[in-house]
Amino acid sequence: MCTVCGCGEGETRIEGQDVGHAHDHHHHHHGEHAHHHDHEHGHTHGHDHDHEHSHAHDGHHSHSHGHHHDYGQGPAHAHAPGMSQSRMVQIEQDILGKNNQYASANRQLFQERQILALNLVSSPGSGKTTLLTRSIDDLKTELPISVIEGDQQTANDADRIRETGVPALQINTGKGCHLDAHMIGHAMESLRPADSSLLFIENVGNLVCPAAFDLGEAHKVAILSVTEGEDKPLKYPDMFHAADLMILNKTDLLPYLDFDVEKCIGFARRVNPDIEVLQLSAKSGEGMEAWYAWIRSRMA
Amino acid sequence: MHEMSICEGILQVMEEQAAAQQFSRVKSVWLEIGPLAGVELEALRFGFDVVTSHSLAEGARLEIIELPGTAWCLECSKSVPIRQRFDACPECGSFQLQITGGDELRIKELEVD
Repeated sequence: MCTVCGCGEGETRIEGQDVGHAHDHHHHHHGEHAHHHDHEHGHTHGHDHDHEHSHAHDGHHSHSHGHHHDYGQGPAHAHAPGMSQSRMVQIEQDILGKNNQYASANRQLFQERQILALNLVSSPGSGKTTLLTRSIDDLKTELPISVIEGDQQTANDADRIRETGVPALQINTGKGCHLDAHMIGHAMESLRPADSSLLFIENVGNLVCPAAFDLGEAHKVAILSVTEGEDKPLKYPDMFHAADLMILNKTDLLPYLDFDVEKCIGFARRVNPDIEVLQLSAKSGEGMEAWYAWIRSRMA
Repeated sequence: MHEMSICEGILQVMEEQAAAQQFSRVKSVWLEIGPLAGVELEALRFGFDVVTSHSLAEGARLEIIELPGTAWCLECSKSVPIRQRFDACPECGSFQLQITGGDELRIKELEVD
């Protein structure tokens, strides 16, 4: 396991690679961490220097910080008997800060290479993969497309995408319920999308957890099928708040359902006044042109 | 259950800080969490105990400081308290709210040895 970022922990598998050994990627980030430590260091100098006389320097640590001591794993030696060494350390750090650092690196790479990355989020069964395969079939002659597929298990979806002829990479998150920015960084090393291309990231089917994890995408696109409840935007407000576009899929089924489209859009706007909405059926093809126009306007 | 990933994030930050700030054990952790952070506090407490077992924070006390949710109401032109993203303005009932606070998810401080 890489001890810097903890990757390789758990059961994440990315097709064709060992997650724990992509060291180029890691080195890029080690620099950022070092920078961070420098900043944090100010709080403890006084304490460290007080103890400098009584502890032998641990030679192999000297490269990182001049005043670094190895206190070992056991309780540190208290210099005054009976006095506790407990102290407070101010942190003030975002818990998702590390994911956000990776996401920023991804976003920068996407921008430099003019890759439009769309993070597709939805419940399982909303028709994400069908929407993707149809979109790819219709768009692949006009622009390069690649796909990152996230599922807990199986490469079925990546296989379905590869049948369309575009490159796809499966990430299995094991017990994980979402993709994170670090997985995407690794996937990019294998997938190597073309410059000025479209990258679809199909997240794990889950309307809760992926909302919290920025992948570095240009937009989150939430897909809701009309066979689901129209109040889903209220039930899962974080996701509809994080999305820039809501796609109402399977509209060919509307005549057979009680789904109230206007009510659903109203709920979505309540949690996100700026959300755009497209209605389409990936099966019948109705409304797909508006979706392609949305993509084209963002590729430019 | 992304609370588990969040707990792993907390543990990573503590391990980095342990190296940088020279401590070997964490006795207490103070987190600041807003109501819009998408975190279920009970799941977080459960995950924290699981993730920190056999770590430098084994048995550490988890203190959660709950921050308020706030939004700017475009109708009233002032800041109002909210609990959820789809709340209406408590004063005028409008949904034209810009969320200004409440999605915090931060480690504030640690008590360490």
